[in-house]
Amino acid sequence: MSMTLTEKILAAHADTASVRPGDLVDCRVDFAFANDITAPLAIQEFRKMGVERVFDPDRVAFVFDHYVPNKDIASAQQCQITRDFVRAHDLPHFYDIGRSGIAHVLLAEEGFVLPGDVFVGADSHTCNHGALGAFATGVGSSDLAAAMALGRLWLRVPETVRYVFRGRLRPWVTGKDLVLTIIGDIGVDGARYGAMEFAGEALAQLTMDERFSITNMAVEAGAKNGIMEPDDAALEWVRPRARRPYTVYRSDPDARYADVRTYDVGGLEPVVATPFSPGNVLPVREAGQVQVDQCFIGTCTNGRIEDLRMAARVLAGHKVHRHTRLLVIPASPAIYRQALEEGLIQVFMDAGAAVSTSTCGPCIGGHMGVLAQGEVCVSTSSRNFVGRMGHRESRVYLANAGVAAAAAVLGRLAHPDEVAPAPGPA
Amino acid sequence: MAMRGRAHKLGHHVDTDVIIPARYLVTTDPAELAKHCFEDLDPTLCTRIAPGDVIVAGENFGQGSSREHAPIAIKGLGVACIVAISFARIFYRNAFNLGLPIVECPEAYEQVRDGHELEVDLESGRVRNLTTGEVYAGRPLPEFMRRLVGAGGIVGYVRATLQGRDVSAKRGG
Ligand code: SF4
Repeated sequence: MSMTLTEKILAAHADTASVRPGDLVDCRVDFAFANDITAPLAIQEFRKMGVERVFDPDRVAFVFDHYVPNKDIASAQQCQITRDFVRAHDLPHFYDIGRSGIAHVLLAEEGFVLPGDVFVGADSHTCNHGALGAFATGVGSSDLAAAMALGRLWLRVPETVRYVFRGRLRPWVTGKDLVLTIIGDIGVDGARYGAMEFAGEALAQLTMDERFSITNMAVEAGAKNGIMEPDDAALEWVRPRARRPYTVYRSDPDARYADVRTYDVGGLEPVVATPFSPGNVLPVREAGQVQVDQCFIGTCTNGRIEDLRMAARVLAGHKVHRHTRLLVIPASPAIYRQALEEGLIQVFMDAGAAVSTSTCGPCIGGHMGVLAQGEVCVSTSSRNFVGRMGHRESRVYLANAGVAAAAAVLGRLAHPDEVAPAPGPA
Repeated sequence: MAMRGRAHKLGHHVDTDVIIPARYLVTTDPAELAKHCFEDLDPTLCTRIAPGDVIVAGENFGQGSSREHAPIAIKGLGVACIVAISFARIFYRNAFNLGLPIVECPEAYEQVRDGHELEVDLESGRVRNLTTGEVYAGRPLPEFMRRLVGAGGIVGYVRATLQGRDVSAKRGG
């Protein structure tokens, strides 16, 4: 029976020849992780399950990224629960502050997630890893505890919709703009329970960093997973990092899709998602005059080296507007180091930006850049819900790193063209 | 399994950030989380919800983060059940895993007003409006979810699996 990429991976992990959408399957899990917020609950549920050991210590990770360095006593207490558990179970893959970065970026860099994997994480943006051709999905802490205990998880096989990108991207248009455009079209529940498979010749033009931002935001359309067939570029990215052997799956040419939607990307402009939904998408040029108090470049969606390069291209020789603040947070220590070597950190600091250690930062409004009542932030993150980054009357615009950097310079929402010359063809 | 309670009506796409803002994710205590439940949506809503009440919402309830603190906070308020047109995927799983009853019933969302008394039957998905006398047919609980609830949520499911009892999934369940 012909199957999609997602169906093939799930069938292989359920040890069955074929699956179809709607089937419930009990799948082997290749890797499972939790972060500092979701781990304590997972540990609590794991204990209730009466299990002595995790199914395989080599296939479990804990990554501290949300409230580290600990922001207060309460968050320190929460982290202590996980630190104690890691010590008691002698778990090898534990990332505490200093060695840690944002889980979705770090775990891929570290070679824990590979093509053909079933990869689950107690964090909704786990779907990030689909860019490597893995089935990756976010779960709650209890499901994660079950995966830690059994090395298996029950899953409903999702229907797949295929999104095909054609044409050539214009300057300043990135993977982030593609995924926001789709979410704007289909809505924040347009892919609910489903798989989003991304394909087409325009996808091949995108760097791996841009591809990750696309699969990362599949959850913003309600999807279970976002996925791409690994091409040569993806496999080259994986090869030096892989910690285990892996299998490359591809969708059958006659696989059945719930829908196929084709996008001609040549006409797209950089977009923003306006408050309070990632589905309120329009070209930045049509967003009107919006004064901006804070800009944030970072997160699992857009805190990678390509994002920092794009931001630096805009910021070089400019200063952050005197009534605006700019925060830059490289998503992992490796990215931070590379940004240092390339002189990007210098550019940010010369411009007057604050550069901080690799964490989620202000993305969830808990610390490091919380917004006051009425404040506006242009952020490269993935969510702009009410209260997401601070006061319930603060407002967040989601955009790519070039747009966020331009807004920082001009103190208002702007197209990067207004600040810097367009980048040449890659 | 039938539940009775007073309805509180919410809109579409209620996200986990407004159910429990991330700034409070420094505890897992249900009572503590309940104090801030829905705070950014309506600062006084949590004080108006009494134990046994029912939340009625639109599409995609629980969109966003995977935080299990969201269903824990709602349970902490004593909410008996959530009736919505649809639920976001991760929230759906979390609610079952934690034993927070949820029912998909689009008609209830159309007809129910704040303060109506409802009787919700989890298995059949039927919602009876005791204030107006209407009955709305919702989606019956899928067979596998029924077994999961029967096994005592995910903790019971894992225990049973480890003891070799059959709670396995079946095709098309
Ligand atoms: S960067 Fe933001 S979206 Fe990504 S894992 Fe951290 S809090 Fe979640």
